[in-house]
Amino acid sequence: MIKIENGRLIDPANHIDTITDLYIDSGKVVAIGNLPEAATITQTINATDQIVCPGIIDLSVHLREPGFTQKATIASETAAAAAAGITTLVCPPTTQPVIDSTAVAELIQDRANAAAKARVLPVGALTLALKGDQLAPMASLRQSGCIAFSNSRQTIADSQALLRCLEYAATHDFLVIFNPQDNSLVANGVMHEGATSSDMGLVGIPESAETVEVARALLLIEQAGVRAHFGQISCQRSIGLINMARNNGLKVTADVAIHHLFFTDENTRGFNSMFHVQPPLRSQLDRAGLLNALVTDDIQAICSDHQPHEAAAKHAPFASTEAGMSTLETLLPLGLLLVEQGLININQLIEKFTCAPAEILGINAGSLEVGATADITIFDPQATWLVTEDSLVSAGKNSVYLGSELKGKVIHTLLAGELVYSTAQ
Amino acid sequence: MIESIDHNSSQLNQDGQLKHFLTTQDLPINILNEILDTADSFLDMSSQQVKKVPLLRGKTIVNLFFEPSTRTSSTFELAAKRLSADVLNLNISTSSASKGESLKDTLMTLEAMHADMFIVRHPDSGAAHFIANQVTPNIAVINAGDGRHAHPTQAMLDMLTIRRCKGQFEGLVIAIVGDILHSRVARSKIHALRTLGVAEIRVIAPKTLLPKDIEMMGVKVYTDFNQGIKDCDVVSMLRLQKERMNSALLPSEAEFFNLYGLNSERLKLAKPDAIVMHPGPINRGVEIESAVADGPQSTILQQVTNGIAVRMAVMSMAISGQLTSRISGS
Repeated sequence: MIKIENGRLIDPANHIDTITDLYIDSGKVVAIGNLPEAATITQTINATDQIVCPGIIDLSVHLREPGFTQKATIASETAAAAAAGITTLVCPPTTQPVIDSTAVAELIQDRANAAAKARVLPVGALTLALKGDQLAPMASLRQSGCIAFSNSRQTIADSQALLRCLEYAATHDFLVIFNPQDNSLVANGVMHEGATSSDMGLVGIPESAETVEVARALLLIEQAGVRAHFGQISCQRSIGLINMARNNGLKVTADVAIHHLFFTDENTRGFNSMFHVQPPLRSQLDRAGLLNALVTDDIQAICSDHQPHEAAAKHAPFASTEAGMSTLETLLPLGLLLVEQGLININQLIEKFTCAPAEILGINAGSLEVGATADITIFDPQATWLVTEDSLVSAGKNSVYLGSELKGKVIHTLLAGELVYSTAQ
Repeated sequence: MIESIDHNSSQLNQDGQLKHFLTTQDLPINILNEILDTADSFLDMSSQQVKKVPLLRGKTIVNLFFEPSTRTSSTFELAAKRLSADVLNLNISTSSASKGESLKDTLMTLEAMHADMFIVRHPDSGAAHFIANQVTPNIAVINAGDGRHAHPTQAMLDMLTIRRCKGQFEGLVIAIVGDILHSRVARSKIHALRTLGVAEIRVIAPKTLLPKDIEMMGVKVYTDFNQGIKDCDVVSMLRLQKERMNSALLPSEAEFFNLYGLNSERLKLAKPDAIVMHPGPINRGVEIESAVADGPQSTILQQVTNGIAVRMAVMSMAISGQLTSRISGS
């Protein structure tokens, strides 16, 4: 039996925030507070001045395998997830081949199981090869472990085809994840369209590239009666549209990628390709709207939208670089920065990292009551660390924080009671 | 915590001298004036019998064009030769899949050949910054046009033309007309004109050819040419870059000429002594009527002459700025 002693246990699902001990046996939480009778402690983890919380659930982590192993592998990124305190991660179908067959879905999970660092929940493609015409075999994919279905950013332009996809998903009560983007409005765009893109002469992506698709999706979601989630919202107007639909009784959820809470289009000045992301970093007004939506709970979860790249992918003129940031290991420290800035409190942050994403996915995770699987993150909220190419476990060194010191360090990560990461070793 | 890059840190050395010439944005007025004054002195020289000066003797200048251009590359070549430099012209097609690493590899190879200066034209905005900051920081980089971003030597030759025609910048009203959206020339001119202190900069175009929030650059926007041209001192026409038109931006060249082409009637609405500029090559009957292009108010050929002088000025300044920063750096 493992004892985690004297930590500050924060478990928002059960409204717990107290300094206590937690006992784990056979991969489950067996007691909180008092030692169960007739128990032998085999290992004690001292968590004094540290926070003990459910393992983080990340709603979007691009694992790059199969297909793009020059960027990262399932082994490298699940190890990085463990170092980041993430115990469950959702992997979008943006692999090559895409996750449109049970073989690919199973391969991803087999490799994740072999690495044994984090739970990997693949998202199946909504259409074959993400091409937007032929339905993917959703029911089979579900049986092979796909947690939800998405066409990622390969938006289905044909509205009738999209409606059919949603109706089929609704038939089986599957969750559909939208990364809303009208690609005819994105065209050759590489950053937010506004004064900065005009000044820099970079082709802009208008706000409408997202809002038009959010609006269309909301109407079709309602018509099909499907469970739906919006991943990585970047515009404040999108939140307005989603709220309008919610007020009419539609049950839809939304998440935001952590970097959209910290950066805007202004950061791309100087053509630093590390800030080339999709959806693009938007205006100050959008950033303020996203932060506000966290407070009002109109955005339920925060994800990393981690996109590791090899150095060459970012070493070119801005528009010729690939979009995406390596964000897995900076997720928790940046979340804690939101707490330090007084925007949300620590309980709200952990809720958006744990039980809220679990609820979106409809999985039994993200809480630590007796009997729950012992996926646990233990971190020191005050400890600082320097972000360097060496300190990042992820194969993707494309972090804008290289050279920066961040506060908040994961000390131990437990997956079903097994220590998968520890700085104390 | 994360700072965006200041333009000047990448193009000025620690003594505030030009070491690369990437953009006119944020350049201090003394540098702009130094470019114009140096160019003026070269202009006086170019009317003499012997047009060469030995300022860059023994230096190797590489014209690196990733986008086709005859005019700009030949004026750079001529400018380099008048400074007695050796010139290598490389035209590299980017239509092949070669991106990123190959651009880097090309430049590193040239660096190993001990080139002293790169004149770079590239279809990607920010390409010159990328090369100057991340690939070959010890070689002077002159931006000869990057995507829609900047074309600073073209802007400065226009500044020289305005100064020689009008005497000064104060009080001038300048209109820039046409395809602002795709124009690196327009952006570089706006930055230079603001620093040099003109009274008013106007941009005139249909909404489909205006970048979003262009007002933030400190310009007045007109969609009606007849209103926008009123009482202007300088009417600066842009080339309608047909090759860049990839969507439904304009119905036809004819309709564009009717609404935004410069003809003699429209020119009468400007000040009587207004000058007409165009970066060339001209699309006669699309942006500008032949009678205006060849008329007494046109400065189009003068611009070409001034272009060689401005490029000579910028090249000699950047080479000396690089040298200074390398000496104090080592």
